[in-house]
Parts: sequence; C-alpha cells; structure tokens
Amino acid sequence: MPDSHAIAHNGEETADNAYSADIAHGEHPAYLRHHFNSTEQQADTTNFAMWLFLLTEVMFFGGLFTAYLIYRNWYYPAFVAGSHQLNVIWGTTNTLVLILSSFTMAMGVWCAETRRRRGLVLCLSLTFLLGLAFLGIKTIEYGEKIEKHHVPGFHYSLQSFDDPASDPEIYKEYHDKALMPDMARHTELYFSLYFAMTGMHALHMIIGIAILAFMIVRARAGAYTSGHVTFVENFGLYWHFVDIVWIYLFALLYLISRH
Amino acid sequence: MSTMSNTIVDLPDQSTATIPKMNFLTKENGLLSWLLTGDHKRIATLYLISITFFFFIGGSLAGLIRLELLTPQTSLMAADTYNKVFTMHGVIMIFFFLVPSVPATLGNFLIPMMIGAKDLALPKINLLSWYLYIAGGLLAIYTMATGGVDTGWTFTTPLSTHYVNTNVLTTGLAVFIAGFSSIFTGLNFIVTIHKMRCPGMTWFRLPLFVWAHYAASILMVLGTPVVAIAIVLVALERTIGIGVFDPTKGGDPLLFQHLFWFYSHPAVYIMILPGMGVISEVISTFSRKRVFGYTAVAFSSVAIAVFGFFVWAHHMFIMGISNYAVLVFSLLTMLVAVPSAIKIFNWTFTLYKGSITFETPMLYAFGFMGLFTIGGMTGVFLGASGTDIHLTETYFIVAHFHFVMVGGMLMAFLSGVHFWWPKMTGRMYPEKISQMAAVITFVGFNLTFFPQFILGVLGMPRRYASYPPEFQVLNVFSTAGATILGVGYLLPVLYLVWSLKYGEIAGNNPWQATGLEWQTQSPPLTENFVVTPIMDHEAYDYEWLERQSQAGKEKEAPIAG
Repeated sequence: MPDSHAIAHNGEETADNAYSADIAHGEHPAYLRHHFNSTEQQADTTNFAMWLFLLTEVMFFGGLFTAYLIYRNWYYPAFVAGSHQLNVIWGTTNTLVLILSSFTMAMGVWCAETRRRRGLVLCLSLTFLLGLAFLGIKTIEYGEKIEKHHVPGFHYSLQSFDDPASDPEIYKEYHDKALMPDMARHTELYFSLYFAMTGMHALHMIIGIAILAFMIVRARAGAYTSGHVTFVENFGLYWHFVDIVWIYLFALLYLISRH
Repeated sequence: MSTMSNTIVDLPDQSTATIPKMNFLTKENGLLSWLLTGDHKRIATLYLISITFFFFIGGSLAGLIRLELLTPQTSLMAADTYNKVFTMHGVIMIFFFLVPSVPATLGNFLIPMMIGAKDLALPKINLLSWYLYIAGGLLAIYTMATGGVDTGWTFTTPLSTHYVNTNVLTTGLAVFIAGFSSIFTGLNFIVTIHKMRCPGMTWFRLPLFVWAHYAASILMVLGTPVVAIAIVLVALERTIGIGVFDPTKGGDPLLFQHLFWFYSHPAVYIMILPGMGVISEVISTFSRKRVFGYTAVAFSSVAIAVFGFFVWAHHMFIMGISNYAVLVFSLLTMLVAVPSAIKIFNWTFTLYKGSITFETPMLYAFGFMGLFTIGGMTGVFLGASGTDIHLTETYFIVAHFHFVMVGGMLMAFLSGVHFWWPKMTGRMYPEKISQMAAVITFVGFNLTFFPQFILGVLGMPRRYASYPPEFQVLNVFSTAGATILGVGYLLPVLYLVWSLKYGEIAGNNPWQATGLEWQTQSPPLTENFVVTPIMDHEAYDYEWLERQSQAGKEKEAPIAG
C-alpha cells in the first residue's frame, strides 16, 4: 500500500488532465455548478438525490418482494421444491463475488477521496470484472434452467416435481417427495418470480457495469481524483444497493428450508 | 387602480414600460439553446407547450367519445374502436397531461423562484425528465397510429396479458418511460426544497404551493416505481409467459390490482395536490389576506400524501377482497376527506372579510373550490362500500373522477397559468375575454358531467359504445356540454398566444402578490434574482409588501423631484 500511495501521488503530479485544474484560493472550482453556493452544498444535494433515487429502487423491487411474500405463503411446498433446483454452490459463489466487488468499489471511493488515480482505476476495473463474473455465472445458472425446461412459458416441465426420482442429482441430495399435481403446477410461479427478480437484478448489474466502463475511461484521465468525487460516491451507493438486493434474493430464492 | 375599484391590477405606465431586454427568454437564441437548456424556466416552457399539445390530443379523443354517445346505437365508430378511443383518452390525459400538468410546468418554473434559488438542484435531470416525457408521449402517439390499445388505462389482467391483440406492450412502455420522467421531477423537487432554500426561508415560510408540491413529490417518488414493476410483470407475462398474475399458473390477477392501484390511487393526489397549491396562492392574493391556518393547510398536504398511500384497495371492493379489508379501506378512504376538507374550509375562511377581487385566476379558483367539493363528496359515496357496489363501473365513477380531475385540477391549472402568465411572459392576458372563458368552462363542465352522476345512479355502465335509449336525453346534455367545454379550452390558447405580442406590459408584480417570484423582473433573469434574496418575513405578509412599496416610493421621490 505505501508503494501505491507514492505511485498515485507521482501519477497525479505528472498527469496532464483537464479535470485537475488547480483551484486558486478564494475562487470556485470548475466543477461547481452555477446555481450552488458552495461545493459542500453541491455534494450534499447530489448525495441526497442519490439516496432518494435508491428509495425509488426499493419501491420498485418492493413490488416483486410483495409478490414473493404472498405466493411463498400460499404455495410453500412448491417454493421449497423449486428452490432445491437452484445451484447453491453457484449462488454462494456469486454472493461472494458481489460482496468482493462491493469491497473493491468501496476502496475505489476511498482512492477517489484520497486522490489516488491509479488506485481508483484499478479498483473500478476490478469491480467491473467482478460484475462481469457475476453475470457470467448467472448465465450458466440460467442455462441449467433452460436445459431442464424450468423457464416459465417455454415448454415448462413439471417432471422434476411430479417424479423427483427422475432428477437423480437433486433427488440424491434432498430426497424430495413428489408434490401433489396442483402444488407441482405452482413451481412455475416460483420460477416466474425467480426469473423476474434475478432478471431485474441482472438488468441493474448491466446498467452498473456500463456506467463503470464509462467511469474507468474518465478516471484514467483523472476525472475523479481532483476533489470532485460525488459521482464515484453516488455510483458506489448504487453498486452497494444492487449488491444488497442480491443478498436478499440469495436468501429468499436459494435458501428456503435449509437450516 | 383608482379607476377600477373591482380589480387589484397594478400595471406600469404603458406608454413608457418595456419588457426587460435581458431575461431568460432572450439570454440565448436558437433551437439548440432550448433543447440543451438547463434553465428550469425554459424547461417549464418546453413542458407547457408539449403538455398543451397532449391535452388537445386527449381532448379530441374525448370529443369523439361524446360524439359517439350522442346516440344510443354505435353510430360513429365500431365498438372496438370506441374501446381504443376511451383507452387512449385515459392514457394520454392521465400520464401525459394530468400527472405532469402543474408540477412540470408551473412547479418547474416557480419552485426555485419561490424559495429564492437560482435553479432546481439537478438541471440536467430536469431536462432528461422532459426528454423522457417526450419519448413516452411519442411512443403513445405511435401506438395510437398503429392500432391503439383497448384495455382501458388500467391495463387490467388477464385482459391485458391474455385476451387482447392490441398494442399493450408499446403503451406499457410509454407509461413506463413517462413514469421515469415523473420520478425525476418529484425527486428534483424534494432535493431542491430541502437543499436550495435561500437564507431565512424556513419550512414554515414556504409558500403553500411549495408544500403542496413537496407532498406530491413524495407520492411520485414512492408510488411510481411500483406501477413500473407492475407494468414490467404484465409485459413479461404477455411476452414470455411468466405467471405472476396468471391464475392458470397459481398467480393472482388481484395482485396486479394491488400493485397498480398502489400507484394509481396516490396518482390522483399527485394530480390534485399541485392544483391545491395553485389555489392557495390565488385565493390569498385575490383576497389580500394571509391563508387562514397556514400550518394546517401545509400539513394537510402532507396528510393527503400519507393517507393517500393507504386507500388503494377501495378500487377493488367488488373484486373479491376480504370483508375486513373492505371495512378498513373504506374507513381509511373516508379519512382522506378530512385533510381535503381542511383545505376547502381554510380557503373559505381566507375569503371571509378579505378584499376579494374577481380576476380570471380567482374565477377559476372559485370553480375549483365548488367542483372539487362536489367531486370530493361524491368520492365519499364511492368510499362507502355499500353504495360503491351499486355505483362502481357506472357513469357515477366517471362523473366523480372528472369533477375532481377536470373540474378540480384543470381549473387549477388554468387558474395558475393565468395567474403566473404575466410573470412567465412579461405581458398580461386580456382580462374580459378570459373571464368569459372561465365562465364558459364552468358552465360547459357542469353541463357535461353533472348529467353523468344521474346516469350513473340510474345504472348506465361506463366503457360501452351503446346504451339503452332511455338514457339518451342526459347523454345529449352531456355531449352539448362537452362542446361548450371545448370552446372554453380553445379560447385561452388563442388569447394567450395573442397576448405574447399584444398583451399589456405587466411589470414585476401586477397582482401585488407577496411571493418571492413577484419581487423580481418579468420575465425573470436566467438566474432568477440579481442577488440571492433573504427571506425576512412570513409567507403571505401583505404588510411587508406594503412597507416595501412605501420604501420604494420614498426612494424614487427625490429622483422625481
């Protein structure tokens, strides 16, 4: 860490960039927008706006969680059988990947605040890669569902639930009994929610990764390491939020009836 | 002022007065300077033009509906065309007119000025919200041009997911995009009101217009995402067949109703609250009195926002929700009447012993108070589950909704547009013809919608192109009223455009109102104020205004002498 500290400082001094225009005493920095009185007010305001935006996100996912809550109460056995079809190993790996990415993101924010350009670029790049890794694993998991015809609406197959023994891998682990035909039918609802919830989450990941790519390019030019760090901070909030949503999804979708 | 005792208009000497050369309209020229602007006043202007455009599309559709209902048979259009027409009327009027009407135009223009700020907190987000609005609106028009949609504006499942072959997806996407526009507007207002107030502008010195917008913004921010996810789930069910609302897969269509009305009921408060804000300003100004019970009116806005979130299931009394839920939601629905009534009573007490004058904004405000009261009271009929079962899905609902939204909100919108027109353009609208338009609107409105209450009680169902012949007389009244109403809406467009060039020069404060927005030039500078104002008095303090003008005259006197 001391090394990177020095490097960051050297990098800063030699960096030829448009963003780190030095601020003379008593003058407003270039990034202060005309309608704010001070940089503190500006940072405070955008920060508050970001929290409000996250509140709208809570409400957005809240609709899905409400649906989950109701149907899980109604069709608990179907939800248990459905969740047994999920791959807990991949799910856990993905959870770790995302938590790690939250750590690299938090380090990125710290690098921006302490004006370490290279550190910031490194952290953002790691976050970017971890995000991609998450989506890669998610793709593998989706692939498994497609193979087993567990995608609602596309020739959805009840075989694994009508006759659990026909699905030896899962059966070996859980010894699930066959569901009543009516309950088995409701596993499709579990997978509807699974795809809707993880799909909406993945969409947020994709948007986040796109913004990360944009930020990496700008960070290389020194955009966030000259005092104006609100963008990185606010993106950090977004990234952590998406991460937290996943932690809930992981618990609710993968870990039903595992003690 | 001395020649006409029945008016408070205080205009500068027309022979010497000029519009200030430097203002937000003249600052920059060219189309790009408008399309890339960050100035809240310019964005408000863009919104005003586009919202008027969508209003007249929605209005034309309403005209078609009334024309079809002139006769009991389906004479003008086929029944399925009629379904598309009333659906598009609802979608355009609700999502592209009523929801953004006052907030995105007047709110956008005035909130920063009223709190003494240079701009909204997030100018780029503000511009983005206009582009999203336009994108959503164009998509809605595209939908209409390519066959329309016939589910009703409520997108009821399983009709919308399984049974119709019309453009549910593009309409849903249009609403989804417009929803983001609304979220960004609300978010911007909340942040601005929290963080951008000028020195001395405490929460209880804010104009009630700002309080009303704050409450509406809470609803926009918390409610809109829920309808967004409901629309996403409908789209997923329609395209790939996931089953969250599909009973054949164990899903429940009632859940869609819950998610949809969780937004769409508070949405009516999103629509009406900013209108109530306008009325508070107008009533105070034209009675020359501080709004009676300022604190109560301010908190009643917030109370409407809070209660508004707990009444949505009254849209579902006949849809098989439990009796206990009906009981609770019925009670909560009645409770919303309390803060609404607080407002009406306090405005009435503001009028009491005030020096009332009858300029156009005030006429519209009176219209609002009367029609909103009728609309609100009939809402209590519908909130009571017993009468609701008889009246729901009849024209009684249609009449109730239009009394609140057209009689209430549209009157408030027109009141506000007239009231702040001199501030926005620097010129007055012509008073006599606009007073006439206000009266025409009021008469036309009542003739259109009052018969619909009777039709509803008699049992005429909504959303049908044909009806039994015994209902024809009242329907003819209604259609005749709609024609008059149409004239009432066309007139302001004509004379307001006329006034842009020929109206009298308004000066800073033609109404002698107390808001900070009136203490600066009209049209305002891009930065709103030359120096950041300091709020050293309460809201609606007419004595402060008197002292200010006294001090101004004393300053001028030596120069003149």
